[in-house]
Amino acid sequence: MPFSSLSEIKSRLDAGETSAVEIAKLYLDRIAAHNESLNAFVHIDPAHVLAQAEASDKYRSEHDARPLEGLPIAVKDIFCTQDGPTRCCSKILKDFHAPYDAHVITRLKEAGAILVGKTNMDEFAMGSSNETSAFGPCRNPWNTDTIPGGSSGGSAAAVAAALTPAALGTDTGGSIRQPASLTGITGLKPTYGRVSRRGIIAFASSLDQAGPMTRTVKDSAMITAAISGHDSGDATSVDNAPAIDWLSACDATDMKGLKIGRPKEYFIEGMDSDVRASVEAALEKCKELGAEIIDISLPHTEYAVAAYYVIAPSEASANLSRYDSVRYGHRCEDPKDLLDMYTRSRDEGFGAEVKRRILTGAFALSSGYYDAYYLKAQQVRTLIQQDFIKAFEKVDIIATPTSPITAFKLGEKTDDPLTMYLSDIYTIAVNLAGLPGLSQPCGFAKNMPVGLQWIAPAWREDTILSAASAYEGATEWVTRVPAGFGGEA
Amino acid sequence: MDIDVNKVAMLARIRLTDDEAAELGPQLSGILGYIEKLSEVNTKGVAATAHPHDAAMPLRANLVTNGNRRDELQASAPKTESGLYVVPKVIE
Repeated sequence: MPFSSLSEIKSRLDAGETSAVEIAKLYLDRIAAHNESLNAFVHIDPAHVLAQAEASDKYRSEHDARPLEGLPIAVKDIFCTQDGPTRCCSKILKDFHAPYDAHVITRLKEAGAILVGKTNMDEFAMGSSNETSAFGPCRNPWNTDTIPGGSSGGSAAAVAAALTPAALGTDTGGSIRQPASLTGITGLKPTYGRVSRRGIIAFASSLDQAGPMTRTVKDSAMITAAISGHDSGDATSVDNAPAIDWLSACDATDMKGLKIGRPKEYFIEGMDSDVRASVEAALEKCKELGAEIIDISLPHTEYAVAAYYVIAPSEASANLSRYDSVRYGHRCEDPKDLLDMYTRSRDEGFGAEVKRRILTGAFALSSGYYDAYYLKAQQVRTLIQQDFIKAFEKVDIIATPTSPITAFKLGEKTDDPLTMYLSDIYTIAVNLAGLPGLSQPCGFAKNMPVGLQWIAPAWREDTILSAASAYEGATEWVTRVPAGFGGEA
Repeated sequence: MDIDVNKVAMLARIRLTDDEAAELGPQLSGILGYIEKLSEVNTKGVAATAHPHDAAMPLRANLVTNGNRRDELQASAPKTESGLYVVPKVIE
């Protein structure tokens, strides 16, 4: 039961076999039992969770159930919620309470979901291992000596260990897909502009996008259907985005006629050979399901990480200038003047990785360097976008590994920031091009999960959902659960 | 590349302790050294990306929609008095 999908729980609720309160208690018990070993949640308020569940049961007794009625969903600590703290896992926001709900939180509430709590993450979503969190690292349920990926590591670990059936994450350079891959779950980054960013603490505004992290492809579709759509409060949320039928896209059982691109730049030296074998086997399975695999080239792939580490830090340095310790956030003791207050509060409040990114961005935007760094990176970004546009003239969808490696040990990559940055090599280009991407489990390498990444043209999440659903139905990877977390049920 | 890390930190209004500066300097040089890779790409005549989908920014009417919520909005402030934010003296 705890490892049930959201849609299975929904069926049981709809059939009257269980109640929202019973479901909420089940997961609250699991959080109480297992959170200490994983550190997946950084805030939980059981009384508030039960109150929401009681209200949902009452609503169901009086009205038709809403799309996510009574379903528990955890959210990353980056989403502003009026209930409880919103700290982005940073010391600088340790006392912050958001005065409003993020748009997606409002949408989840309107859909009847039960908000379970706030999940651990890299500070300000800057990291690929969840080790930069001010609340300590989160651990991977498949091996608690390893990282769960990042930055949405808490959401990933919580879903993988069934402390919640689903969670929300955000993805700026892979922060939904990479942890989903490393913990053996499914995660979708929608097209840029599909989901409102209002009330999501900004990291890099031209790249950030929220999305679901779930056990199954259909569960991701259910949540995205509820949270997507135009919001006049976010100027980058796209009005008149092409509508798709999220749920029926998940009915696909084969891939007949589907043209899948296999970019040669994503199957390179340096990737783990077991990861490569799992992804190659997944492509063979796709062939059996009727797809045609076509070799393609995305020639500017090798420049994506460099472009990203100019653009994202530049945007971050601007976005994080708001933490001035005037309106909210940590203030140092006895500042002697304004400058002392700004500089010391920010030194004390931000962790090392956040400072590295802010400084990288401040440098790239500084006088004399702007053209060589920021402008150049934005031009390379255009070339990366054009690579995808050209590829999609030949294929319907692209399949790649999500990460070149499986989960690594805590502390293994913290000494060298650049090695950590390069672990996002397969996910970053998707954000630069604003495309939708999904990671789903496709095997194991030395007992650790491997993820398959699907990339589609803008607004074609339906193509991804259909391919991923067919693959999921033809394999048994989603039924695998980590030992030690009561996976017997 | 050698960069003056304390100068950049001051631009970003972050004080660095000497230990932090000693650690961050070489790390930033390493990151920027990797980014130099971009200079290999011929970008002559390529437009810089302004928006992932090349969409125009929409306009909206400038209307008050959330009323006066001063107390709630100031609840997270480090120091307030009579509805004002309190900061160290700006002018001597």
